[in-house]
Amino acid sequence: MTSTPAAPQGPLVGLFVTCLVDLFRPSVAFAAIKLIEAGGARVEVPRAQTCCGQPAYNSGDRQDAIAIARQVVETFERFDYVVAPSGSCAGMLRVHYPRLLAEDPNFAERAGALAAKSFELTSFLVGVLGLSKVDAAYEESVTYHDSCSSLRELHVREAPRRLLASVEGLSLVELGESEVCCGFGGAFSVKYPDISTAILDAKVRDIIGTGASTVLAGDLGCLMHIAGRLAREHAEIEVRHVAEVLAGMTENPAIAAPRQKR
Amino acid sequence: MGNGRQDFKTDAAHALADTALQKALQNVKRGFVDKRKAARAKLPEFDTLREDARAIKDHTLSHLDLYLETYERKVTESGGSVHYAPTAADARAIILKLCQEAGAKLVTKGKSMVSEEIGLNAHLQAAKIEVVETDLGEYIVQLRGERPSHIIAPVIHLNKETIEADFRRAHHRLPRERRLDQAQYLVAEARKVLREKFLAADVGITGANLLIAETGSSVIVTNEGNGDLTSTLPRMHIVIASIEKIVPTLEDAMIILRLLARSATGQEITTYTTFATGPRHDRDPDGPGAYHVVLLDNGRSEMLGNEFADMLRCIRCGACLNHCPVYGAIGGHAYGSVYPGPMGAVLTPQLQGIDRARDLPHASSFCGRCEAVCPMDIPLPDMMRTWRERDFARGNPPFSERLFLKMWAYAAKRPLLYHALANAIVLFMARRAGASGRLSRLPLATAWTGTRDLPAPQGRTFHSLYARARRKGRP
Repeated sequence: MTSTPAAPQGPLVGLFVTCLVDLFRPSVAFAAIKLIEAGGARVEVPRAQTCCGQPAYNSGDRQDAIAIARQVVETFERFDYVVAPSGSCAGMLRVHYPRLLAEDPNFAERAGALAAKSFELTSFLVGVLGLSKVDAAYEESVTYHDSCSSLRELHVREAPRRLLASVEGLSLVELGESEVCCGFGGAFSVKYPDISTAILDAKVRDIIGTGASTVLAGDLGCLMHIAGRLAREHAEIEVRHVAEVLAGMTENPAIAAPRQKR
Repeated sequence: MGNGRQDFKTDAAHALADTALQKALQNVKRGFVDKRKAARAKLPEFDTLREDARAIKDHTLSHLDLYLETYERKVTESGGSVHYAPTAADARAIILKLCQEAGAKLVTKGKSMVSEEIGLNAHLQAAKIEVVETDLGEYIVQLRGERPSHIIAPVIHLNKETIEADFRRAHHRLPRERRLDQAQYLVAEARKVLREKFLAADVGITGANLLIAETGSSVIVTNEGNGDLTSTLPRMHIVIASIEKIVPTLEDAMIILRLLARSATGQEITTYTTFATGPRHDRDPDGPGAYHVVLLDNGRSEMLGNEFADMLRCIRCGACLNHCPVYGAIGGHAYGSVYPGPMGAVLTPQLQGIDRARDLPHASSFCGRCEAVCPMDIPLPDMMRTWRERDFARGNPPFSERLFLKMWAYAAKRPLLYHALANAIVLFMARRAGASGRLSRLPLATAWTGTRDLPAPQGRTFHSLYARARRKGRP
């Protein structure tokens, strides 16, 4: 755990990798680091992180959610900012930790302080670091899926679009129903797979209807859900995290796409 | 009043496979979501009204005893009577007694979800009183022996062909060759049939969208005018309403009404907004001879003091149902409750008990659109999560689910162990996927892979790659 030498004067960002990115798509975290550094901040990745605790929290296991929340507060409170390449995990830190730890005299205030400096990646790049363009090219027509937590918990809508507009060659086609859930919902997707898939199918039809060749989002949960169904249906649409495109790191195969070369 | 089954998953699966229902549910977007959006866009002060309405309700609920007293006094002064019903059974008994005292053979009803909640129709019918629903949608579900599938659009699950068949069956004395293939013919026929009932009814029962403390008035909003005929033509008008419908003043009522119609149907105001204050007075040209209000508690006063108090602000506009992806996928009947959708997922466990209704607050992706569109700013997902917490504390989730969660949490609280396990799992999955980039079947994950491929991990966890890159210099 060492700080990068990129911008020695910039604020120090603790990257909250998120469990899904750690497990399934490390390239998203590397892209996030590149983008944050391009914005003039330093990045550290504390190894004592695992997950934000949503699986426990949303299953009604409040005790474990609280224990994990305390651990995240302890691990990340020393940073100037905490950034996650996910609206869902950032929303957990920003909106839900203060509530979870409100009754804990040792943590209530600290949770509030952490919440105030925790951000979803694109909103941090635009809103805090003042980034208005990125150095990347992507010659594709793209549609963007707003994750529910980004959109409604964090009110992030413009930031990813603003940055995508600066990507050379990229054209954005909006979804017909950009406010509608993809049906993932964490454990919901496996507790009620039929309902989850029915909601997903409507989203997939919307995506296909745009004619875009790539679908992007800021949350890997939604992306894996969408990619999983597109792959099952043999639809030829690339699925990527928005950070990969913004960082110009699209050499890896898309989500659920076969490995070709290397 | 149940549909007999309480298996949410089975009912949801049937709903998903029902092509007629799926087609009907498509109407929700055009009929409600788009219209609400347009109505909201035309009212710049919508958010201010929302804050005001929330404040009105919060204030009223924290002084509910005082406002109920004022309301009762005003109703009594206007010549009416107020009856308190702690439970659904009490409400049924009070209403039956009132009907019997009035010598009622025929009762007409305006649309009332509270009457559905207490199972009123069956109770009156068992006492040999004919009950006729006069809201067109409610009339149709009554003919079909169903319950409404939506709190403001009872027959959103049906198409007009089905309704035509229902009318031909129910109105079998009318000429067989008559046309019923368009909505206007169905409406005209229902109007003709119902007109006779309105004129012959002994007692009219309506719900109330609002009760106004300062005037002792009950307010109903309708688009068919059936509520007016139900409340004014019979000898007796009975209002059945739950206690949280109270607002202090007429002005407060206006603020809520402005939000209600827009949130419900996208209308600026409903076709009819009717205020009833007491029985017919000497100078009134018409109206009922007697006016009774039955105030139902049925768990509400318990909610006042628990984590679900915010739910008592609900004005039953249905916006949360209309914007819910789960409701949109399965419709209302699968919820097995009078109240479906997000508001039902919060309210039903309070009414039926969490053990009987445990699926409802779990069957949500927590997308939060319900809360975003709620005109009363009710934190529906948070309250669903509170039910999940109660459910978990009672040990209700299946053993396998609790075991998995406990094992996961054990590791998540121990980063070193977690990273080691994560590495092993990622390696296993990546090997299994090979070059395909996906897993079409994975043991222990069949609930996912039944309908979706699982994208394969890239090969190593981020933390192991990052540590390796650190050792070699920059990542």
